[in-house]
Amino acid sequence: MSGIIGKKIGMTSLYNADGTAVPCTLIEAGPCVVTQVKTVEKEGYSAIQLGYGEKKEKHTSRPLLGHFKKAGTTPKKKLVEFKSFEQSLELGAVITTELFVEGDFVDAIGTSKGKGFQGVVKRHGFGGVGGQTHGQHNRGRHPGSIGACSFPSRVFKGLRMAGRTGGNRVKVQNLQVLKVYAEKNLIVVSGSVPGAKNSYVILEK
Amino acid sequence: MNDLIKLVEAENAARRAELPEFSAGDTLNVHVRIREGNKERIQVFQGTVIQRRNSGAGETFTVRKISNGVGVERIFPLLSPNIDKIEVLRKGRVRRARLFYLRGKHGRAAKVKEAKKK
Repeated sequence: MSGIIGKKIGMTSLYNADGTAVPCTLIEAGPCVVTQVKTVEKEGYSAIQLGYGEKKEKHTSRPLLGHFKKAGTTPKKKLVEFKSFEQSLELGAVITTELFVEGDFVDAIGTSKGKGFQGVVKRHGFGGVGGQTHGQHNRGRHPGSIGACSFPSRVFKGLRMAGRTGGNRVKVQNLQVLKVYAEKNLIVVSGSVPGAKNSYVILEK
Repeated sequence: MNDLIKLVEAENAARRAELPEFSAGDTLNVHVRIREGNKERIQVFQGTVIQRRNSGAGETFTVRKISNGVGVERIFPLLSPNIDKIEVLRKGRVRRARLFYLRGKHGRAAKVKEAKKK
């Protein structure tokens, strides 16, 4: 599975040949540099580590500076490891949007927007109480019963309740690449991608 | 708006240049392509523009007409390839951008005065 690291730019829409408007997300992806090649002999598994985004040297720790120096690149902001990369790559190799062709299907991974502490209706899609009558007046969005009585005398583990929502790693599968602007390092994919604008997105093929 | 979004939306520039300028209050003929099976034909929707909404690739406009005594409103995406062409029949003299007040009026009261030619 090959991939690239990018940044979400925003959304717009494009028109199909048959006139339907397709919502699409713009991702500024690459160029990414191979900062480490992991092998079975040395690390116990094979993987490729890519770096994306420029960072100042003074904001980089000494150990990391050495890591980037070994790969022969400038310090990078974001490092991501890819297992089973399709091409075999050398240390310091550059990956650009050329990896993707219009029409390809890709997966996008991002960190979803944080929603804070949310109730069960938003967090788990509960239906709520479903009406304001029949004695209800202040519990329209409550979870209802969370278990039985003296048996089992406890609430089961993993029961879906209110809590912190969003801010998770989310993968969206099968987004079609609609356009690639190689000179701007820009990829346009159909549909939406998790995360806020300017957040990191990993595109996998 | 981000420059890269502008870059992608710039592909609509040619399409936008084909369309005439119009705003709320104008009377239009919108020629809409309709596909029925393999056949394609063009239907004309005539009415008054009551709003133009959004900007960029998602811009739409709403056209209102009275059909058989029933008010009909249709929302078109401005850059949709299904719009064959737009003809401006009449410029209206209006003092606001959204003419929702037309919905509550009938007959002569629902008419927009024509703009004075300069």
